[in-house]
Amino acid sequence: MDKHLQCWLELNALQHRYAHAIDSGTLEAWPDFFTEDASYTIVSKENADRGLPAPIIYCRNQKMMRDRIVALRHANIFEAHTYRHALGGLVIDEMNEDEVKATSSYVVVSTGAAGDSVVYQAGCYRDTVVKRDGVWLFSEKRVVYDTSRVQTLLATPI
Amino acid sequence: MSEAAELAELTQHAAQRRVAFPQPDGSCVPYSVFSSQEVYEREQERIYRGPHWNFVALACEIPNVNDFKSTFVGDTPVVVTRTANGVACWVNRCAHRGAVVCREKYGNASSHTCVYHQWNYSCEGDLQGVPFRRGQKQGGTMLIGMAKAFNPAEHGLQKLRVEAYKGLVFATFSDETPPLIDYIGPQMLPWVDRVFHKPIVFLGCTRQYSKSNWKLYLENVKDPYHASLLHLFHTTFNIFRVGMSARSIPDETHGLHSLITVTKPIADTNTATAYTDQKIRSMQEGFALEDPAVLGQISEFDEDCTNHIQPIFPQLVIQQIHNTLVARQLLPKGPNNFELIFHFFGYEDDTQELRDLRLLQTNLVGPAGYISMEDTEATELVQRGTVRDGDKTSYIGMGLDAPEQTNSNITENLIRRFWTGYQKAMGY
Repeated sequence: MDKHLQCWLELNALQHRYAHAIDSGTLEAWPDFFTEDASYTIVSKENADRGLPAPIIYCRNQKMMRDRIVALRHANIFEAHTYRHALGGLVIDEMNEDEVKATSSYVVVSTGAAGDSVVYQAGCYRDTVVKRDGVWLFSEKRVVYDTSRVQTLLATPI
Repeated sequence: MSEAAELAELTQHAAQRRVAFPQPDGSCVPYSVFSSQEVYEREQERIYRGPHWNFVALACEIPNVNDFKSTFVGDTPVVVTRTANGVACWVNRCAHRGAVVCREKYGNASSHTCVYHQWNYSCEGDLQGVPFRRGQKQGGTMLIGMAKAFNPAEHGLQKLRVEAYKGLVFATFSDETPPLIDYIGPQMLPWVDRVFHKPIVFLGCTRQYSKSNWKLYLENVKDPYHASLLHLFHTTFNIFRVGMSARSIPDETHGLHSLITVTKPIADTNTATAYTDQKIRSMQEGFALEDPAVLGQISEFDEDCTNHIQPIFPQLVIQQIHNTLVARQLLPKGPNNFELIFHFFGYEDDTQELRDLRLLQTNLVGPAGYISMEDTEATELVQRGTVRDGDKTSYIGMGLDAPEQTNSNITENLIRRFWTGYQKAMGY
């Protein structure tokens, strides 16, 4: 198989496993998609376009990602909700033997306690993915969201 | 009495009843103020277009001549723009047929043109050009242009007064509004100075939209009582210290502005014991942050408060939490919604280490903030709980018998002072 296509398929599978972990509520598995020193940032497209750094979530290593989940489980208070990620538009921007840069789109539909499903957020992932021991992991994930008005709050990672 | 007059009187009574504050001390607030369209309309006139200064921008958002920013005063769209003479602010509505003139959030433009008929305005808001004003020749016919009586000087954009203080830009519709420094007042001014004592740089904003009334958010930022009870992040990770020293200071003129600070004690006490003794469901054993860097604090003030929360009524909340610096702009979007825009900033002379920490600590505040995300959840719970029963009231009694106590963080004094000021501003 074409190397590029093979890589696209593998990344596609990675993205879907990532979204599945969040959507099915197994948030404790979420940091495992990253390398130990990976960064995870959620930033508005408005700021990203203007070269302004202020994020809404910024984890500069995997420990901070685990802390985020422990806080969600045990400290933070928010309405119970379910996410459904719809993924698409995966494009490989750069490809080396062990590192790939890729961009893809997402739409998150959120369903709250009352039973309304709303388009909670649309945006794109700007990812750097590396192969460690034969497994693709994110070494950087920048979530750039178009939906600049965050409805009520953002608890669960995108 | 005629039937019509009687009806008018009844209606008036009904209107008054809807917003009757049963106590003069602000301790009982009728829930109708959170969802009544009538109250909302009155607020637009008496508060946002009344004698108050509305925060519209940080000066560093529009550093260069002709830089502009679209925002709101109440729910009126306005544009703030830097001109050769200072800063101008005008209602974003064409003087011709009422279309929004400026359609971008930010930018740089020496003039602004309405797309509908290309009426063109200077960045001061003065009308400069009207297409076909003098008509047009078509073949042998002269097509008549704008009315003879038309005077461009009378058809500029509606201008607001603008004043800035240490990089904070405010606008007002009213000629009655006192000078900005007097409006901020002697109790609040030193604390504005504390945060804005040197040049700042804009680091970006985050926007949060809540399905609740804007005043519920002001109650929230005047409420130190909820801090360690609603926001369990600090207590869960054994960080929030009972016994921290606190300030809760209202503005003395009208009570609408206020200040809350919290400062760590020099010697730590055991928070877990203090909470469990009172049987408050906050303290959980066994949790620790794997990477506590997010809770660090680099000393940068004479007094390194962990929290400094200062609403300047009606559109600004100044915030310093750990090393985050934020100007929050609070915008009403109808009686049942508000938008909260966090303008993050740092100082021009930040070291890289300090700047990195400021950005890391955006995790604490904003829409996904460890110690702030619950606020909008709480205000929405109040909105949902009160919408039906406008005549019922809240009971705001914490610290009621010690109205002069300003060193407590278990008090609702600032909220009561706010409501008495609000009653006065609204004529209730």
